[in-house]
Amino acid sequence: MGRTFVGMPPFPTAARTALADTRLRHNLAHATGTIRAKRATVVAEVEDWEDLRGQAAAVKDATLARLDEHLLTLEASLTARGATVHWARDAAEACAVVAEVARTHGVDEVVKVKSMATQEIGLNDALAAQGIAAWETDLAELIVQLGDDLPSHILVPAIHRGRAEVRDIFRTRMAAAGRPAPTDLTDDPAELAGAARLHLREKFLRARMAVSGANFAVAETGTLVVVESEGNGRMCLTLPEVLVSVVGLEKVVPTFADLDLFLRLLPRSSTGERMNPYTSTWSGVTPGDGPQEVHVVLLDNGRTRALADPVGRPTLRCIRCSACLNVCPVYERVGGHAYGSVYPGPIGAVLNPMLRGVGTDPVTDSLPYASTLCGACGDVCPVAIDLPGLLVHERIRVVDAHRADPRPKPEALAMRAAAWALGDARRMSLAERASGLAGRAWRGRGMPGGRRALSWLPFPGSRWTGARDLPVPPAESFRAWWRRTGRDEGTGR
Amino acid sequence: MSARDDVLAAIRAALADRPDAPEVDRAYRTRDPLPPGADVVDLFAERVADYRATVTRCTAPELETAVAAALDGAPRVLVPDGLDLEVPGAVVDADLSATDLDALDAVVTRATLGIAETGTIVLTHGPGEGRRALTLVPDVHVCVVRADQVVPGVVDAVAALDPVRPQTWVSGPSATSDIELDRVEGVHGPRRLHVVLVDG
Ligand code: SF4
Repeated sequence: MGRTFVGMPPFPTAARTALADTRLRHNLAHATGTIRAKRATVVAEVEDWEDLRGQAAAVKDATLARLDEHLLTLEASLTARGATVHWARDAAEACAVVAEVARTHGVDEVVKVKSMATQEIGLNDALAAQGIAAWETDLAELIVQLGDDLPSHILVPAIHRGRAEVRDIFRTRMAAAGRPAPTDLTDDPAELAGAARLHLREKFLRARMAVSGANFAVAETGTLVVVESEGNGRMCLTLPEVLVSVVGLEKVVPTFADLDLFLRLLPRSSTGERMNPYTSTWSGVTPGDGPQEVHVVLLDNGRTRALADPVGRPTLRCIRCSACLNVCPVYERVGGHAYGSVYPGPIGAVLNPMLRGVGTDPVTDSLPYASTLCGACGDVCPVAIDLPGLLVHERIRVVDAHRADPRPKPEALAMRAAAWALGDARRMSLAERASGLAGRAWRGRGMPGGRRALSWLPFPGSRWTGARDLPVPPAESFRAWWRRTGRDEGTGR
Repeated sequence: MSARDDVLAAIRAALADRPDAPEVDRAYRTRDPLPPGADVVDLFAERVADYRATVTRCTAPELETAVAAALDGAPRVLVPDGLDLEVPGAVVDADLSATDLDALDAVVTRATLGIAETGTIVLTHGPGEGRRALTLVPDVHVCVVRADQVVPGVVDAVAALDPVRPQTWVSGPSATSDIELDRVEGVHGPRRLHVVLVDG
């Protein structure tokens, strides 16, 4: 079953490949452009948007500051409402809980609501290894699963696929998974959605167990909340007899009343709608309505590691709206796969190193550099996470983790040289003249806007330009121009 | 140590700096979420229609005729226990299986409240609304909302709702934008949502 991100090349290498794929870039630019415009329109309707962001951040920070107490309250309310609460230190433990529930009920298939937490823990593969099929029921997830592909966006995991590709995947792959696609299927999105409806309905009607995540978990009342569009979530949360929800520790909010912030911020940030089509809430077991056996798995998997860093802690405010992906110029050009994780884009570049730690995995260590620090992500984040600041913080942590390496990384060498040159005015002007000469001599290739670009630098700079184009240095440096035009203090004008 | 003890211990160790819990300023709850001068019920009708749901407005005596018209001749119409309306072709829910529900053409329910700010109807699945599966499996949902059930904003709705009851917030028909971000109505939930809004 499904591919995994394990063994992916680091961001610069993966980005090179992605950038060469013009169809991918076209699909991404179209999709992110559409959603950015929708978001901007509905956010402009809310006059006190900035205040709401600030208060939502405060609710999350206050909750994180007393996380142990809120989780114990959540556990007690869930238990009182007939749910079984499990705790999982890591991905393997969480997967084992889900597999055990499935085994107890003798089921060999489960239906799934799209959930970042279950993707993060690699649940589908873990269940497959135990002979249990996990069917994704979100349309985009279905496209990814049938295409034996990887998700590339938090909200729209198949954002990299165009309609013709979707039709081909449905035509060739649906039959092996259940009800085949109609033979005369076209690439009209309404028809494609119709094919998915028929294909999945037979699975919903016969499924005995479902697996979900949750967008929020209310401590005081044990209420779980799932926000969705298609109704596949409602199907999974309502029709099967058994429901297991995998919930990250940071999803807890103290009271139901706190949702009045998040239910205003999330849909407008996420799909650019005033409200998403369906939001479901449930508190444990409701006699005569929905699953009569309910499990909740509280998942750590690196979250306490992030919590332990006072600077990085606000990363755990994230409500996974994906607004930061949609405005990111780097994401828009390379797509989600290059990040090597289910969490791509600016949040992924911060969250992955937080959850996994730095200094061991080159893919993770490369992520905080996958940003131009333009700041757009921080501006749109509905819970006011300072993403640009945290990207810099993560770069520092990566560099610190490599200080003891026997051979310094080229970035470290380059930065050391830069620090040496920048630290002294005379050395700086020498370096400028050298680069200015080089600027005249080098034949660069074009950058957007007609600016010439360098695509090659000698080692160790080659490690940098291997995945980046550098603007060609100007023929005359600013300092040289200032001197030549006599604009020294007192003589200028 | 159990996973529970380990995770709790890790949280406490992570919070060894005892961070302050910031105060939340709830002034936002007192602000009007609607555009100046907007009528709550009119705006609700408008914003429900924005999602490409159908909205019919009628008076109380016209209600049953309006519901029948909304059903557009659907032969087998599911109704929940406790629905106080005469519905043509009514099949009362008596523990029907999901497959039974799938064979029905439409469902008629009431709602607990409506939200003008977002054009949302909220079901809490008591009498007249039915268990959650009823408004999910049939392809057409006709939902009756009284004008006096419409609240201005999400803040008012959250304050009025009972968190322990299961809730379904419905904003338009089931939809997806998963293929090239083109919005398509109707994936797994009802492909048609018809809101009958009863004035006065
Ligand atoms: S970091 Fe902020 S903008 Fe990005 S997904 Fe999370 S909540 Fe949304």
